[in-house]
Amino acid sequence: MSLLPRSHTRDPLAFVDERLGAARGLRFLIDYVFPDHWSFLLGEIALYSFVVLVASGTFLALFFDPSTTQLTYHGGYAPLQGQAMSAAYASTLHISFAVSGGLLARQVHHWTALVFIAAITLHLLRIVFTGAFRKPRDVNYFIGVTMLALAILEGFAGYSLPDDLLSGMGLAIAWAVAMSLPLIGGPFATALWGGRFPGADAFESRLYIAHVFLLPALLAALIAVHLAIIMIQRHSQFAGPGRREDNVVGTPMWPGYALRSLGLFAAVAAVLVLMGGLIQVNPVWLWGPYHPYVGTNGAQPDWYLGWLIGALRLMPNLEIHVLGHTIVPNPFFGGVLFPSIVFALLYALPWLDRRFISKDYRRHDLLQRPRDNPRRTALAASVFAAVAVVFAAGSVDRLFFQFGFGYEGAIWFFRGAFLLAPALVYWLTRRLCIELARNDAHPLRRWDGVVVARNERGGFEELAASRAGGVSSSGARSSANRRGVRRPLRRRARRCG
Amino acid sequence: MVERAWRALVLLVLWRLGGLRRQRSHASEDDDPTQRTTGAPVWAERLVLVLLAATAAAALGFVSLFVLDPDTQLLGLALGATLALLAAALVVCSRWLVPQETKAERRPGLADADAVKEVEHAAGEGLEGITRRRLLMGAAGAAGAGVAAAVAIPVVALGPGLEDQLRRTPWHAGRALVDDEGAPILAAAVNEGSFITAFAQHADKDDLGSPVVVVRVDRSTLRLPSQRAGWAPEGLLAYSKICTHAACAISLYRSPLSPSTQARAPALVCPCHYSTFDVLNGGGVEFGPAGRPLPQLPLSIDAAGVLRAAGPMSGPVGPSWWGDGS
Repeated sequence: MSLLPRSHTRDPLAFVDERLGAARGLRFLIDYVFPDHWSFLLGEIALYSFVVLVASGTFLALFFDPSTTQLTYHGGYAPLQGQAMSAAYASTLHISFAVSGGLLARQVHHWTALVFIAAITLHLLRIVFTGAFRKPRDVNYFIGVTMLALAILEGFAGYSLPDDLLSGMGLAIAWAVAMSLPLIGGPFATALWGGRFPGADAFESRLYIAHVFLLPALLAALIAVHLAIIMIQRHSQFAGPGRREDNVVGTPMWPGYALRSLGLFAAVAAVLVLMGGLIQVNPVWLWGPYHPYVGTNGAQPDWYLGWLIGALRLMPNLEIHVLGHTIVPNPFFGGVLFPSIVFALLYALPWLDRRFISKDYRRHDLLQRPRDNPRRTALAASVFAAVAVVFAAGSVDRLFFQFGFGYEGAIWFFRGAFLLAPALVYWLTRRLCIELARNDAHPLRRWDGVVVARNERGGFEELAASRAGGVSSSGARSSANRRGVRRPLRRRARRCG
Repeated sequence: MVERAWRALVLLVLWRLGGLRRQRSHASEDDDPTQRTTGAPVWAERLVLVLLAATAAAALGFVSLFVLDPDTQLLGLALGATLALLAAALVVCSRWLVPQETKAERRPGLADADAVKEVEHAAGEGLEGITRRRLLMGAAGAAGAGVAAAVAIPVVALGPGLEDQLRRTPWHAGRALVDDEGAPILAAAVNEGSFITAFAQHADKDDLGSPVVVVRVDRSTLRLPSQRAGWAPEGLLAYSKICTHAACAISLYRSPLSPSTQARAPALVCPCHYSTFDVLNGGGVEFGPAGRPLPQLPLSIDAAGVLRAAGPMSGPVGPSWWGDGS
């Protein structure tokens, strides 16, 4: 070691460290350990999708004109020549046909939005089914659920900006849903839209600032907090050799994980760019400009709104009127009440789990496999089944176009499925979890031995009598039991057989 | 033969399962999971070199395409290939080039009861020597609420009472029905089975109150309520085109043509959530989520044969809201 001060020209690290004291923090980062499991990458895919969204969205914002000023189209797309349309729609056509790389950026942006919300949703399922929302991660779970809601809003706002036929139809429905809010619906919707739908010209500007600033800034801030909390608590991990509640076992940040994660970033971006370049999405020039008096049949929203359109479609024509005045308009049930219940259940899950399902208030850093907690897994699966049925019902009209199933009959089928599927899925999932837990001991031969432990004198003592007795009635078994006590027996069985 | 192959396959599967199992149980014997292996194989170094060079070449391809021929598919392929090659290089690096490490880190305990006490103590010390604590707190609360209200009040600028707008339509007795181009619609131009979108003359076409659909049905099949007796001259009917469920444009018309389907009355259908409105009985909901009938516009035919409104719409146009007078 030299006694001379290290020169910053030779050593940028020392330069930074002398000014910010950064080396200590870098040391922490380099040693930071990431446990390995494929399902842990879902959140990372969402994160990297967000980066791609910001990059492609910034490029689009350089050319997009968020204005509903009416003009006559004289651009390069012949079928719409001479048509009256808004500046927003015309600039979307301009981006698609005249700006270099514009269509690529638009399609990458759209595909990425779809993947972003899909990744968040799968990430959420992983968190729910492995019990990762338990203390101390409940706080971060709330932030994640909030981000899902914001991401759906953000996606819808973006979908609505180009002022094409489909985006206009979506906004009409959104306006009706806003109007259906109890008590404040009418004034609230008219205030937000600046009048009755389609609203004032300023509405496009409000939508734009929400899409490019308010919601993304909120999302970015929440992502930062989400990651910071993960680093404070460290990652959760599945049970395994040497993995305990009080440690984290995995690949350190440098060099293995940083390179791998950058590789994932590049791979995610590659897939999204290839999709954007090769697979058409939302060809707005085919839909035409929007006017409140035009509509099209068989239209589908982006996938993440499928559950809402499904709820609106499944709802029977109940509308509550008192003395000739509407109290609860119909879109309230599908458009407000249903998503509110789903999100309320999501937010309440940590409390429901510790109070009623698992009855466990302790801190947990080891994850559970779905089968380790059959009741929770089955409950969560039944809720998701209900949402999935409603989601499927959102495309009932496509079922008619593709397969000729009558629309009205299909709606009745899905109404029935909405009521029955949760119970069926609950029962099936619970059975499946219990069976899987029982068969943990051996995938081929059913275990029919006894659990033994070595005693002080070197002999064996029987711990539990039979197979049925070895498995608790709920099917849950601690991982220590599974891995520790069972193992000698399994080996002995193999030697014998 | 088949049986032998089957037996071999089963044996193979059993052997593989056994192998996996053995590996896992070996690992579990060792409670210290820390391990580190170094030494990059030569092929890995070469592969990374090739992949990085290919990444640079593909990136150059994207740059030149962007300048020379910005075709969406080619651009997507070039940039996608660049990123995919980079991803491959990074993955090979992380998997084979750099040391393979598994480490165990101690998980930090979060709760620290002593620190909580210290913070509580320090927070209390901050108020030491202040006598009128409650009054001050109250004043601070009032100040905070005042500032919050001042910051929030500009939201009011979004809308004074705009609710009147929700009830307004341009329709009144005598107003002519015009088409997309503003030309008056003649009663004779509406045939049975056809479906025409009309607007109030001189009104904004984008105003939700304006667009109506006009259809013609056989007068003998009409089942209109008695107070609407004169609303459908010659069997011509006009309904608001805006669905009372969620404000989409009603753009489907179910008009049964063959005797086998004529059991179902002609109906207007919204393509968003398939609310179905009976044309013959004054727009009643036959199926779907709409909670209110479609507002009907009473029609008359003037001396020139032009369709005109014979009065205002029968109810508020578009979706319902809390307290509307439907």
